[in-house]
Amino acid sequence: MRIRVDRDRCCGSGNCVVTAPEVFDQDDEDGLVLLRFAEPAPDVVDRVRRAVDLCPAGAIRLDAPPPRAG
Amino acid sequence: MTVAPLTDLPLWPPINLDRDPLVPLDAAERHRFSGPVTRVRLPTDATAWLVTRHADVRRLLRHPDFSADLSRPGFPLLRQLAPGPDNRRGGFIRMDGAEHSRLRRMLTAEFMIKNVRRIEPLIRQTVDRALDELRDAGPPADLVAHFALPVPSMVICHLLGVPYADHDFFQERSRTLIDRDTPPERVQRHVRELRDYLHRLVEAKVAAGDRTDDLLSRLARDRVDTGELAVDELVGMAVLLLIAGHETTANMIGLSTLLLLRHPARYAALRDDPGHADGLVDELLRCLSIVRSGLGRLATADVEIGGQRIRAGEGVIAVISLANRDPGVFDGADEFDPYRQAQQHVAFGFGVHQCIGQPLARAELRIALVELARRFPRLRLTDEAGRLSTRDASVVYGLDALPVAW
Repeated sequence: MRIRVDRDRCCGSGNCVVTAPEVFDQDDEDGLVLLRFAEPAPDVVDRVRRAVDLCPAGAIRLDAPPPRAG
Repeated sequence: MTVAPLTDLPLWPPINLDRDPLVPLDAAERHRFSGPVTRVRLPTDATAWLVTRHADVRRLLRHPDFSADLSRPGFPLLRQLAPGPDNRRGGFIRMDGAEHSRLRRMLTAEFMIKNVRRIEPLIRQTVDRALDELRDAGPPADLVAHFALPVPSMVICHLLGVPYADHDFFQERSRTLIDRDTPPERVQRHVRELRDYLHRLVEAKVAAGDRTDDLLSRLARDRVDTGELAVDELVGMAVLLLIAGHETTANMIGLSTLLLLRHPARYAALRDDPGHADGLVDELLRCLSIVRSGLGRLATADVEIGGQRIRAGEGVIAVISLANRDPGVFDGADEFDPYRQAQQHVAFGFGVHQCIGQPLARAELRIALVELARRFPRLRLTDEAGRLSTRDASVVYGLDALPVAW
C-alpha cells in the first residue's frame, strides 16, 4: 500500500493527524499535510483508510502496490 | 410537467415550539424531510433541495459544482440579504475555489493540531477561572452566561488579540449576524459596526512598532505588510474567526452539559475516566449537530445527488443533523453512545470549507467538560429549568440559558 497526498487539495483540517499521527503531520509553515511514511505498516493501514475517508478535501489516496515484476 | 404551488412545499427549517433541545428533528419532521432529497420552501419564499443522507451530504459538500457564495442569484437564503454596500470582503466562508483557498491557507498553520496543543494550558486556565466565577455566582447560576459563553469567547479573544473587555459589544453583534429573525437593516448595521471596530484594531496592529504575538498581529506583519493581504480582507477574516470562534463552541458547551446531566453515569465517567473524553466529544458533536438549519450551496452545473437531478442555478441545503443520524452509518443513531466510532460525523461540515478551528473546538470542549465534571460533581438542573429557552432562529442552535445548582 502506498499513500499519496495532494497538498494542492489539502484544506488543513487535520483529521488525518488525529486519525493516524504516526503517518501524517502538518507542515509548520502552512499547516498542510505532510507524509511521515508513504508505505504504512500493516497495523496502521486501517487507520490510514479511515483518514482517507475522513479527509474533507479528498486529498489522500491509498494505492495498491504495483504488481511485482517477474 | 406540473409545478407544485410554493405553499404546498414543506417549510425549512420547520418551526416547532415543543422541540426537546437535544432532538434536532422529531419523528414527524424526519418523515417529512428524509426524502432522501426533498424540495422545500425557505422563509425567503425561495425553494431548495434538502439533502439528508450522510453519503449525499458529504458528496455535495465536496463537489466542485456547488458554490458557497451567497451573493449569487438563486442561492438558498434563509433570510434576505441586506441592501446596501457589500461588506463581506475577507469572509472566505462564502468564497469558492482559489479565492477561498488563498485566504484560508493564511490560517491553516494557526489552527493546526500542534499549535492548539501548545495553547491547551491557556484553555485550562481560562476554564478554571470561569469555573471559579460560576462557583461564586451561585448556586443557582446560569451556566451559559457564567461558563459556556465566556470560555470560548476569552480563548478566541486571546488568540486573535481582541480585548475581551469589549465582549458585550461583539457578542451582541455576533448574535445578530447569525439570527434569522433580525431585520436585514439591523444586520447590516451590526456588520458595519463590527467591521469598524475590528478595522480600528487591525490598523493599530499594523501601525504598532512592538507587535504582540497574536494571530491578527502576525497576519498584519506577515501578510498585510508584504502586500499579500488588504487590511479590509484581514478585517473580514477577523469577523469570521471572532464569530465562529465563540458562538459554536459556546452553544456546544451548553447543550453538551444538558445532555450529560440527563446521563449522570456519563457525566461521572468524564471525571473518573477523562482519557476517554475525546471520543465523547465527537459523539456530542454528532448528536447535537448545532448548525441545525444546515449548510446552503448553489449548483453551478447540473449534478445528480441522491438520485435527484439538481439543475444549475438551484439551491441545495445539506442537513448535517440528519446526516449525523443516518442509520446506514451510525448504529442506533438516535442513541447517545460515547463508545461508538463517531468520527465520521459532519458536525464540522465537509469539503474545503470544513471548520478550520475544529482542533481548537475539540480541545475547548474536552477541557471544559472534564473540568466541569471534576469541579462540580453534583451539578444538576434547577427546578426552574423546566422549559429551556432555545435559539431556534439562529444559524447555530443552542440554549439561551441553563439554570444549574450543585
